[in-house]
Amino acid sequence: MRKSLLFFVLMLPSLALASGGTVPLMNANTDVSDNASLQSGAKTFVNYCMGCHSLHFMRYQRLAKDLDIPEDLVKENLIVGDKKIGETMTIAMQKGDAVKWFGVQPPDLSLTARSRGSDWIYTYLMTFYVDESRPTGMNNLVFKDVGMPHVLWELQGLQKPVYETITDSEGNEHHVIERLEPVGEVSQAQQTEYRRTVRDLVNFLEYAGEPAQLQRKSLGWKVMLFLFFFFLVAYALKKEYWKDVH
Amino acid sequence: MSTEGVNKGRRRFLTAATVGVGGVGVAFAAFPFLAYWQPSARAQAAGAPVEVDISKIELGQRVTVEWRGKPVWIVRRTPDMLEALPSNDGHLRDPASDSSIQPDYAKNPTRAIKDEYLVVIGICTHLGCSPGYVKADDVHNLGADWKGGFFCPCHGSRFDLAGRVFQGVPAPTNLTIPPYMYLSDTRLLVGEDKGAA
Amino acid sequence: MNSLINWIDARFPLMSLWNDHMGQYYAPKNFNFWYYFGVFSLVVLVIQILTGIFLTMNYKPDAQTAFASVEYIMRDVDYGWLIRYMHSTGASFFFIVVYIHMFRGLMYGSYRKPRELVWLIGMAIYLSLMGEAFMGYLLPWGQMSFWGAQVIISLFGALPIVGEDLSLWIRGDYVIADATLNRFFALHVVALPIVILGLVVLHIIALHEVGSNNPDGVEIKKKKDENGKPLDGIPFHPYYSVKDMAGVIAFLIVFAGVMFYIPEMGGYFLEAANFVPADPLKTPAHIAPVWYFTPFYAILRAVPDKLIGVVAMGGAIFCLFLLPWLDRSPVKSIRYKGPLSKIALFLFAISFITLGVLGLLPATPMLTLVARIASVIYFAFFILMPIYTSIESTKPEPERVTMK
Repeated sequence: MRKSLLFFVLMLPSLALASGGTVPLMNANTDVSDNASLQSGAKTFVNYCMGCHSLHFMRYQRLAKDLDIPEDLVKENLIVGDKKIGETMTIAMQKGDAVKWFGVQPPDLSLTARSRGSDWIYTYLMTFYVDESRPTGMNNLVFKDVGMPHVLWELQGLQKPVYETITDSEGNEHHVIERLEPVGEVSQAQQTEYRRTVRDLVNFLEYAGEPAQLQRKSLGWKVMLFLFFFFLVAYALKKEYWKDVH
Repeated sequence: MSTEGVNKGRRRFLTAATVGVGGVGVAFAAFPFLAYWQPSARAQAAGAPVEVDISKIELGQRVTVEWRGKPVWIVRRTPDMLEALPSNDGHLRDPASDSSIQPDYAKNPTRAIKDEYLVVIGICTHLGCSPGYVKADDVHNLGADWKGGFFCPCHGSRFDLAGRVFQGVPAPTNLTIPPYMYLSDTRLLVGEDKGAA
Repeated sequence: MNSLINWIDARFPLMSLWNDHMGQYYAPKNFNFWYYFGVFSLVVLVIQILTGIFLTMNYKPDAQTAFASVEYIMRDVDYGWLIRYMHSTGASFFFIVVYIHMFRGLMYGSYRKPRELVWLIGMAIYLSLMGEAFMGYLLPWGQMSFWGAQVIISLFGALPIVGEDLSLWIRGDYVIADATLNRFFALHVVALPIVILGLVVLHIIALHEVGSNNPDGVEIKKKKDENGKPLDGIPFHPYYSVKDMAGVIAFLIVFAGVMFYIPEMGGYFLEAANFVPADPLKTPAHIAPVWYFTPFYAILRAVPDKLIGVVAMGGAIFCLFLLPWLDRSPVKSIRYKGPLSKIALFLFAISFITLGVLGLLPATPMLTLVARIASVIYFAFFILMPIYTSIESTKPEPERVTMK
């Protein structure tokens, strides 16, 4: 039995490695088969993110096809400037300008969902808070001292941190952020709406990280089903021949 | 180990079934590898239809645009040039373009949707060189009755101003007309005709 | 058909090759589950070569364009994603099946006389495979590719006198750079595949010369019938060819399940940091080698001295080469060995897995201690083997193989 143990230990995926930060990540609860969500996320991305962030590897045409958006609509609503449908979602911002404005070059987001994970992006977009010491007036729980302003603040409303004091094992006291709370009145409906918007956006980025995943998941079970059928036939053949062996 | 009392029919059947299903499996598995050689999304995007503004083309002028990596010429033919076309018919290999490649809407005496504008792929049908544009009044040694057309420097093939090949030269057929359509009076889309052919 | 075969046979030993290796190759009839993993590794080898050839058609071994060319394959090329995932999943599966195949050898004494060469050639395949996998992992030119290679090549710097010059020579630059990528590409797609293919042929020729071992560890050639055929042997074809085919299909179902639904395997087959292009100025927060190297990496880290660490890591692999001469037991199979051998093998397997897990985790003082204990057990398995295999009492081997 211990032999099969080795097999399973090697085969089983264990917990993904923690990516540094100490803040527990929220669950983005993405679903790339949810087409409406992907469409809405694509729109949010183009309207709010694409001023600074490109999707260098994502073609408009692929997007139109995978998300079931007619090419005319993509041209009207998603393509900025005189780009062609076959081109990728690059932006015109000059590198020097970006560094001047934000201190860093805003990264290309084509593969961010794969390198950081969807939950990380979701948590990142949920946890901007007011911090007057920062040039943008904003800080972030999972990305400390981030250069990016809270682009979606009008949708979310502002949040401020609530501190608590904890004592570590050596008796030193630390001020840490316990949670974030809205500044002023933010309705339940607005909060729900914001969570949905961010979830759709993250969902879209997850799709953009690997557009082929739609095709991959729909092809996979067919291949496995065929192989299973093939196995039954081959196993019957094996059984038949092995009648000779005693 | 004993092979007495073996049901040979069942063995043959199961072997055939396994080989059959396995063969189907190999064919399925081969498909992605074959599809892998198709033009990629990038190649297709680079080969996308090209929009051309034809309002700036002067009478008798030829402009070249690139479509799928090939030169496509747009020649604005003068009334004189058009008038001279039928007089070439007797010297041509395929005057009615029966054995040449063009969309149906360009299979006519001027080989064009609108007579004035010739749209043609500038690749010689002989061995793939790109011919030069030689007007009747240019300096040339193509004979006194040359009414203007295209001359391929590689092996001397000659074409008239509808891209039709002359007799006695190596090129077998007329120059190829790509699919194209008018988006408006002054804008042309090369490479796409919305199924008009 | 027959006349064609005769025509060929007059010019090429077709039928005798077929008979030697398939039709009249007698394999023990009592192979169990563990005996599938040899043919599985052959299947993965074929998958890797086939998909590898296709990947090179679009991959660019150039530091400027390598990363983008992989994404190009993943997105713009028809079914490029499928072929790339087959290759990346295949790489990890190669090691899974090879490790199990080797463990099978450990359990049933397949390295013992007369199969020492089979084992040594197999170990050479394993070494080449490690080189092949290491160089292949640089090619996507992500952060993990870059920093993983940087760390491993720096290991050579630990060697006295020539170390620094040697690692500079391997890289061809002061850090991992375009020159490194290009030479690794050449070795990965041309040189090492040729070596591995050649070694696999030798492995099989050597095996078929001496005949396969089996779970009982008894030599089937000792008991033959009046025609000189082993009484416990059955012709490889059709019996094992049909059995292996069914096994291979079952294996492919598992393979497809991983490839289509969890190709990243939670970051173990494809590491998250490798989706960021290589950046020589910024090391990712946590770097670990791909899982199949981590047992040896953990041994390296467990030793607090750079040179001795590298020597220990090399020694951990080298020990395996010596197995045929370390095992003094009168029986081959674990089934008939004494309790000491059973405990030793069990502890060895546990220490190997433990080291593998530890190599993936950041080194904390606690974990380093565990890694040291596991390393000691790992080496003790080999060093003490001549002793525990000769002092323990064994069960008698049966005359004939058993079908359990």
